[in-house]
Amino acid sequence: MYIKSIKLLLIIIFISFSNILFAQDDLLSLVDNGPKPKEYISNAFKSSRVVNGHSMEFIGKGVLDVRILHRFGLINTGFSNLWGLDQASMRFGFDYGVTKNFTVGIGRSTAGKEWDGFLKYRLVQQSVGGKNPSPVSVVLITGATISSAPWEFPDRKNYFSSRMGFYNEVIVGRKFNDKFSAQLAPTHVHVNLVKDANYTNEFFALGIGARYKFSKRSAFVVDYHYLVNSSEIDENLGSSQFENLKNPLSIGFDVETGGHVFQMHFSNSSGMNEKAFITNTTKSWGKAEVSFGFNLSRVFTVAKN
Amino acid sequence: MKKTIILTLLICIAGFANAQTKYSTKTGKAWFDAGTGMEDITGTNKSVLSVFDASTGKMQFKITIKAFEFWSALLGEHFNENYMESDKYPFSTFSGVVTNMDKVNVAKDGTYPVLVNGKLTIHGVEKQIETKGIFKVSGQSIDASSEFIVTMDDYKIAIPNVVKDKLSKTAKIKINCNYSILK
Repeated sequence: MYIKSIKLLLIIIFISFSNILFAQDDLLSLVDNGPKPKEYISNAFKSSRVVNGHSMEFIGKGVLDVRILHRFGLINTGFSNLWGLDQASMRFGFDYGVTKNFTVGIGRSTAGKEWDGFLKYRLVQQSVGGKNPSPVSVVLITGATISSAPWEFPDRKNYFSSRMGFYNEVIVGRKFNDKFSAQLAPTHVHVNLVKDANYTNEFFALGIGARYKFSKRSAFVVDYHYLVNSSEIDENLGSSQFENLKNPLSIGFDVETGGHVFQMHFSNSSGMNEKAFITNTTKSWGKAEVSFGFNLSRVFTVAKN
Repeated sequence: MKKTIILTLLICIAGFANAQTKYSTKTGKAWFDAGTGMEDITGTNKSVLSVFDASTGKMQFKITIKAFEFWSALLGEHFNENYMESDKYPFSTFSGVVTNMDKVNVAKDGTYPVLVNGKLTIHGVEKQIETKGIFKVSGQSIDASSEFIVTMDDYKIAIPNVVKDKLSKTAKIKINCNYSILK
């Protein structure tokens, strides 16, 4: 009987303690215990372009991105040419975020008096938590280019379609941490008009883009496109139509100042749309044929969320 | 022996009753305004986690920084990337106590002014704050709200010179939690 009482007393003490412990426990743990909701990863890149190529990043719904791009002459032309700054080729463009995952854009480049337009859709956004989180973002892009330059082939018929080019691209990218993001972008470019029947109309490139953010408002970026089919030598041509083509490589810095993003870079390419920089880059880093260029992006929130 | 059993039961019931005095929400609202009037710099969070223990007056809050919503995507990007650094500091928390619980009766409908004292953590910096609030008790729920001002500098949120005209050195914060009894 006596022992039983002691036992009960012990139980009472234990229950009292557990109550006290419970009361002192972290209150939030009472509600903060369910599965973590899905969280989408964003801001993998400062801008919707790595440098030349599209990035996995989107500008956001209702946002108009006014883009002014400049590519200057070769730096190795020296002082008399102010290291290339005397020559400038530019593209202006407007991108608009129709939804969070869908952007449309148009632009025009002085080079080749070329218009370009694209549709960019995010199929999958990188995420953590929730149901089926994805370690990568997957973005699909399709675009077209039209040259409005005077017809330069008097011996050939001037079809409208001859002025056109197309590109399709898949971006698979991942923001590894708040500093480092990288992406792969297999890209197909089709040009309607080539020199003759021996030349191919199809170009395949693998885009590789990365950024390393070294401060809150600035990042280091690399944009490279490897021409996959440039090694195919056509026997009918005696040499490759790709003989003079180089893989575009751009290295630059993104600096963000409020609503502006400046992307200053050095590149062997001066093309400012996919068709231009993939099928038209003839300068070589190896020969120090490098130019300075910048992308200026200014975003305006047109439609409020 | 009988006494002991009754005592045990009482304590168990007391423990049970104690659990009944906790209130919680997962959909509390937090709103801030850090603008100077030049531009709309406001954000809203509708998923504030909070628990209030009416028996002790303790209250805790947890706010997911990335869950703030803005009228402009760019504003959200800047908020997360440049100011709150939400990858590094994903949550803001408050842990405090209602210091005048003796004037609050959660069993009786009514409006009670409250004083809250506790530790507010924003951007990884913890500060002791004191603020006034209102509890509106109606049946099983309490609608708790408070409004206070924080100074950015206190929480090591740097404002660059270029945006000094647009961005205020202080932020007005409103919190509103509609608590229901935690089951």
